[in-house]
Amino acid sequence: MSSKICAVIDYGMGNLHSASKALQYVSHDTQIMVTADPDLIAKADHVVLPGVGAMRDCMAEIKRLGVDQVVAEVAKSKPLLGICVGMQAMLTHSEENSGVDCLDIFDGQVKFFGHPLMETEGSQAGEKLKVPHMGWNRVTQSPHPLWQGIENDSRFYFVHSFYVEAQRAEQIKGRGHYGKDFVAAIGEDNIFAVQFHPEKSHTAGLQLLKNFLEWDGQA
Amino acid sequence: MGLAKRIIPCLDVDNGRVVKGVQFLDIRDAGDPVEVAKRYDEQGADEITFLDITASHQGRETTIHTVEAIAEQVFIPLTVGGGIRSIEDIRNMLNAGADKVSINSAAVYNPEFVKEAAAKFGSQCIVVAIDAKKVSVEGEENRWEIFTHGGRKPTGIDAIEWAQRMTSFGAGEILLTSMDKDGVKTGFDIELTRAISDAVNVPVIASGGVGNLQHLADGVTEGKADAVLAASIFHFGEHTVQEAKEHMQKQGIEVRL
Repeated sequence: MSSKICAVIDYGMGNLHSASKALQYVSHDTQIMVTADPDLIAKADHVVLPGVGAMRDCMAEIKRLGVDQVVAEVAKSKPLLGICVGMQAMLTHSEENSGVDCLDIFDGQVKFFGHPLMETEGSQAGEKLKVPHMGWNRVTQSPHPLWQGIENDSRFYFVHSFYVEAQRAEQIKGRGHYGKDFVAAIGEDNIFAVQFHPEKSHTAGLQLLKNFLEWDGQA
Repeated sequence: MGLAKRIIPCLDVDNGRVVKGVQFLDIRDAGDPVEVAKRYDEQGADEITFLDITASHQGRETTIHTVEAIAEQVFIPLTVGGGIRSIEDIRNMLNAGADKVSINSAAVYNPEFVKEAAAKFGSQCIVVAIDAKKVSVEGEENRWEIFTHGGRKPTGIDAIEWAQRMTSFGAGEILLTSMDKDGVKTGFDIELTRAISDAVNVPVIASGGVGNLQHLADGVTEGKADAVLAASIFHFGEHTVQEAKEHMQKQGIEVRL
């Protein structure tokens, strides 16, 4: 039997080495392909939509390369994982770069954390918070197969200035807090997306990637 | 409950070996960078910073291979600095597996380079390293200036203004080193750290001067640093990253344990 294939969609935005190296590390017998080729992506068993950088540029490249159609096709059936800006691109609309329409896989908005951002809770209430939200923060889980073997409230590595506000509460699979509550993970059926970088989140992140590659897409 | 303060061990690497000079003298060999990085990863380091102090071109090839080897085995953020002077240098390091690059003197010589780099790769991967030295005298209001060449060459640039300028140009993070404190193990320059952290809206990493675990805690509580960087207290087995985090947590600092 041939080995499984995981496609990491390359639409020219940023560094895909980290994601592909981490995926390879957790599954030696999966073939990791970094590609934008619709035919190759169609053959893959699992698909990852990563992304860094500004939303306007990301969406422009996604459309120029036809990645929007590829993702729409993948979203019908295959296990699909969005990471960081890849997650944000799955929402309806982002207010970054004066407003950008996104892929609208999930109902909701991508919003700016804001200047100034103040902590509202706990011992640090009233303190000015830096933007971007950079570093290790806790994620409170809602039940999902991709959290298997990961302790609730584990910390993951985040780097972002915009955050997701989801329309449908039942799609929220992980919650974070940084001055305000934000969606750290969102999912429905065969699609799961995370605001943090699992490929940079040490054991918890690697476990999530491993769970994804073993996932059959049934939520 | 919120964002953890980060502890970042720093590897000063010369020709493929971890070294740590005390005030740029007395270089001691601290081992193979890949092994050292793996050790810190296991100890719970939040990130790793790799500073290439190799002068030769040949040595820089070695650095790329070392970064590749680290990135294949260590799954926490990796920043590479030292000799980043062009868009191509940045691309090479990111392709080798670095998540961020740290730009130091190239920013001083050509500030537009930071703008160009941030526009090209995104602010999230552009760290500007600032080497500052106190230039005010006793009784005067505190003033720090940017120095280059390992703290030997003054530039006349005010450190606070420079930090603000660099963030407006797209720096996503500031790596702040006190050249007065670097290597002397008496703690961070707290006033400098606090002044810069208050002046900018991006995370500030305090560096230079850590001699014990309390210094790390002070950098956060007094200096308002978002992250603290140290080299020698971790390299020679004096302390582990884990111990540092436990020490900080006891003082109410949120850490990732």
